[in-house]
Amino acid sequence: MLDHPSGYAAIKMIGVDKWYGDFQALKNFNMTVGTGEKVVICGPSGSGKSTVVRCINRLETHQNGKIVVDGVELTDARKSVQDIRAEVGMVFQQFNLFPHLTVLENLTLGPMKARGLSRKDADERAHHYLERVKIPEQAAKKPAQLSGGQQQRVAIARSLCMEPKVMLFDEPTSALDPEMISEVLDVMVELALEGMTMVVVTHEMGFARKVADKMVFMDMGEIVEQGSPEKLFSNPSSERCQRFLSQILQH
Amino acid sequence: MRHIAGFMVLLTVAGCSSSTSWGWYVIDPRTTSGWINIKFLISGMGSTILISLIAAVLSILIGLVVTLPGLSTRWYWRIFNRFYVEIIRSIPLLPMLFWVFYGLPLIFKSMGLNIPIDPFWGAIITLAISDSAFTAEIYRAGIQSIPKGQVEAAQTVGLNYPQTMRYVVLPQAIRLILPPLANQFIYIVKMSAFASVIGMQELTRRANELVVSEYRPLEIYSLLIVEYLVLVLIISAGVRWLERRLSRGERQ
Repeated sequence: MLDHPSGYAAIKMIGVDKWYGDFQALKNFNMTVGTGEKVVICGPSGSGKSTVVRCINRLETHQNGKIVVDGVELTDARKSVQDIRAEVGMVFQQFNLFPHLTVLENLTLGPMKARGLSRKDADERAHHYLERVKIPEQAAKKPAQLSGGQQQRVAIARSLCMEPKVMLFDEPTSALDPEMISEVLDVMVELALEGMTMVVVTHEMGFARKVADKMVFMDMGEIVEQGSPEKLFSNPSSERCQRFLSQILQH
Repeated sequence: MRHIAGFMVLLTVAGCSSSTSWGWYVIDPRTTSGWINIKFLISGMGSTILISLIAAVLSILIGLVVTLPGLSTRWYWRIFNRFYVEIIRSIPLLPMLFWVFYGLPLIFKSMGLNIPIDPFWGAIITLAISDSAFTAEIYRAGIQSIPKGQVEAAQTVGLNYPQTMRYVVLPQAIRLILPPLANQFIYIVKMSAFASVIGMQELTRRANELVVSEYRPLEIYSLLIVEYLVLVLIISAGVRWLERRLSRGERQ
């Protein structure tokens, strides 16, 4: 069942159904992400790709099926939800930085309150990750004083400060001005090269080609097609996937 | 001060065309009796401030306790919130005041308790409960206007619900909550005038008593209006100072 060489599944989704009222966002959804694997999910809007990542860290609750993250099944038990959230980082389209806190405080809040780190340790860790996303000099600023690209890099650093085993990205560059997209993608590529397990919802096909082990094309809450980026780009077998790729690649 | 002077001018001009004459002497500080009257009127200030302050603090606390179930995803918690808000805010202040002052001791008595309620606490309890329904709605609006993404981001860095409220939602909501809350406080100060009907010696009670002995209601109530105006202007200035402090270094 596991098709990745490192063998151990970081995320397993088996027969997951998810409804919003009468609308079924995910239909009998199955996906496995191995440790260290990078999966890129693409598809038209409303296809359920955001729902997949939001279910993985329990921002949404699924109705049927099983989601297992890092060996823990997601149930209503508060313990399981908190266990999972501690291991799974999430980067949002709208950054969702805390506007009333400085960049440094944004990074230290989780480690101090949820992980019980001392201020000194949390500060140290925060500076380390700000260094990694290449904005160590912005620590004392408020998010509103930063550009969109910088804000998203802070958001990535904030997730990394929790030292997660898996990183989820929900359209991380969709709200950015074009000239800021590459600075965020560069950070994500570096993260991928360091072996982080990643699930990325994005339409950045250059990024997908560069780092993805597997590409998943979704439509109407289902996986229409999946495989290596080369296969999907050069030889998509489904007509829907062909049409979608031709639309986003022609520009 | 310009406001007050302008107001006085308006009253005087209006008085010229009136058929009855003015009797400003009752509150003329240059005469002994006038000065005594003014001191008598102003001496109610302490009670008005004390009643309003304690009622406001209680209202802020009760409001928070009523709001939190209103934010729950479970309907039975939300229903408690809706019931409280809809019922309390529809009861007029005066009957509620009578109920608290005359009714509560009777209820206590039937339960075998002997808890007297004096005018001071009767007024405070009534104002606090009546206002808490509005405070609760202000909190709810403030908290719900914080984008959902903020709560989600807090959850993804491992914060639990109380931590999310305390470190992420409330610090942001307080800036939105403060101006309408100040409005409510001003409302409480003015509504505290109702305490006069159960015998509380505050600003309005003092004015009423002086009116009975001096027969100069317009002049005495004019001073009463000025007294409330001064109180409210002081509160407004205080709130503006607080707002500036809270938003320091926020967004440009």
